[in-house]
Amino acid sequence: MRWENYTSLPETFRNQRVFDGCGISGLINIDGTRISGDTVIDMLCILKERENGLGAGYAAYGIYPEYKDYFAFHFLFDNETAKSKVLEYLENFGSVIQSEPIPTSLSHEIDNPPITWRVFFNPISERNQDEAEKIVQIVMEINENIDNAYVMSSGKNMGVFKGNGWSHEIADFYKIREYKAYMWLAHSRFPTNTPGWWGGAHPFNLLNCSVIHNGEITSYGTNRRYLESFGYKCTLFTDTEVIAYLIDLLCRRHKFPISIATIALAPPLFDEIEKLDRKSQIIIKNIRATYRSAMLNGPFSIVVGNSDPIPTMMGLSDRKKLRPLVVGISEDENTIYMSSEEASFNRLMLINNRLDLKEVWHPKSGTAVIAKLGKGLIKNGIENPLKKRTIALLEVA
Amino acid sequence: MIINEVKEKIYEIGFDDIIEIDAAPNGEPIDYRDLNAMIHARTLKNCKKIVLYNICGQRFIGAALQGDFEIIINGVPGNDLGIFMDGPKITVYGNCEDQVGNTMNQGSMIINGNGGDVIGLSARGGTIYIKGDVGYRVGIHMKEYKNKFPIIIIGGTAKDFLGEYMAGGIIVVLGLKFLPDGSIIDIDQSICGNELGTGIHRGSIYLRTDEKLEDKLGVGAKIVEFDGKGKEEIGPFLYEYCETFNIPFDLVINKQFQVIKPISKRPYGGTYCNKMI
Repeated sequence: MRWENYTSLPETFRNQRVFDGCGISGLINIDGTRISGDTVIDMLCILKERENGLGAGYAAYGIYPEYKDYFAFHFLFDNETAKSKVLEYLENFGSVIQSEPIPTSLSHEIDNPPITWRVFFNPISERNQDEAEKIVQIVMEINENIDNAYVMSSGKNMGVFKGNGWSHEIADFYKIREYKAYMWLAHSRFPTNTPGWWGGAHPFNLLNCSVIHNGEITSYGTNRRYLESFGYKCTLFTDTEVIAYLIDLLCRRHKFPISIATIALAPPLFDEIEKLDRKSQIIIKNIRATYRSAMLNGPFSIVVGNSDPIPTMMGLSDRKKLRPLVVGISEDENTIYMSSEEASFNRLMLINNRLDLKEVWHPKSGTAVIAKLGKGLIKNGIENPLKKRTIALLEVA
Repeated sequence: MIINEVKEKIYEIGFDDIIEIDAAPNGEPIDYRDLNAMIHARTLKNCKKIVLYNICGQRFIGAALQGDFEIIINGVPGNDLGIFMDGPKITVYGNCEDQVGNTMNQGSMIINGNGGDVIGLSARGGTIYIKGDVGYRVGIHMKEYKNKFPIIIIGGTAKDFLGEYMAGGIIVVLGLKFLPDGSIIDIDQSICGNELGTGIHRGSIYLRTDEKLEDKLGVGAKIVEFDGKGKEEIGPFLYEYCETFNIPFDLVINKQFQVIKPISKRPYGGTYCNKMI
């Protein structure tokens, strides 16, 4: 997909820029209740100072229960040729169950949108090859070698909806309010070093893992070269892409639980490690050494959604806390909310008293907040990341 | 003649006018530009008290306001609350976000809740009283000149980089915990994070704790004893803080304080000849 087409700023906002960071919001219902996109849209759109109309996106988990056994591809195509090429290409590797346009409503605010298309796909199972591995290869091939085509998402029973525009415009464009999901991630973009275009908006997705990110990954070059040695191709001109692939590498291929993966992404400083007991020291130092090139440098706060094997939402900020992240838990402890600013939670309270929060807290820097479907809040991001429980998890893994 | 006109105007509107603004009519929060324009217009008309309701993340409230009046905020104000403020008093009933009192010159701020990161950055004067906990980099690069200095008093705990590159002023962390039943106890966790006072070259940080802080000290900071002079320095402000939040003053003062001071006025003066002076 060419990005030159989609880099221009809408005329109305050309002289109105306020320089700031991206806005991120997310929520998960522990009991799996599916809720409409209204809540997450309200949480995100109040952070309008954190975007400049150059990209927004939503990831929704649990939106296609009737097709939950098939991989749901969401595509962006520049033209019909690209579309027919991709559909033809897919036929080689399995059967297309359903192929249809993603329902959109075009308003005058979105100029020149690409073709948005979704395909439910069942790959032919080959011997000695994992289904998921096959899908990763297909995604990489389409992104790299088929012109004017790009995969937005490729997971099961989930989808990513993103584009170039303000968060409320993208929400209206994709009719986000009509979907029902148990986990929502939402992002409004303020591009700094990379172009604002449809494919470069967040969330970034590979299989069931989606990432939204505020900040910039200065270690992008290192991470990218490291990922290329495992067959991942970075083609989207945006640093966040590497986080999605790193989590796929650590959690799916190398089978780490997400709590250990976060140690690889944001490892404790060496003088912090020195203060721990010997056993933890060895474990952490080994992770640091083995995954040296997977470490994320630079300011960031991320929220990750992953539905494989257990749907999980994880929030993490960089070790020096250069980007904000706030977490809230509802009164019945069923919903975990994450956001860039506390205003998101306050916004929900203002609307019909929809929200009653039990607690709001700022997690520690470099420490993950993890919430799992059916299990609740596993880690609250305040305790030391290296307590006994983490080590026990490692031994099981 | 002109002076007379102005005087008449003042008389007409009065001095004790209280104005209430609902920042979210019909549940829709208004834009921060409109809200700040509204506040500005009111203050120009000599309004002495502005009460804001349903504040939801609006930024720059009280930006560069001068004069002697009060703003009361109900809700969660956004980043840069009271930026460049020069005189007014802001009271917040709720938590606040990052960069409270950014480059504040004069005035006072009372936060009945928790604070975010980077509170009081580059502040040059005024007081910031926070009841609860605060985040990272509080009091970064605060400064002082002769008799003008900023004061931040924190009721709960602070995190890493407290008083980073501090060039003046006073930070006090009390390490108190406010229980839901109204009683006040000492915290059971650490009072501050790592890199305490990194690059500090003037001013002082007072921590009400007996824990060992040596491991947490940043570059260029040292621990000194809390003596009569220190007590004199923070005493009046601490008393005012306790009055504000209804905390018994004896409970606060009757515990060990530790003071963080710079090792030198120019900790990086020797950077180019490999030594600290």
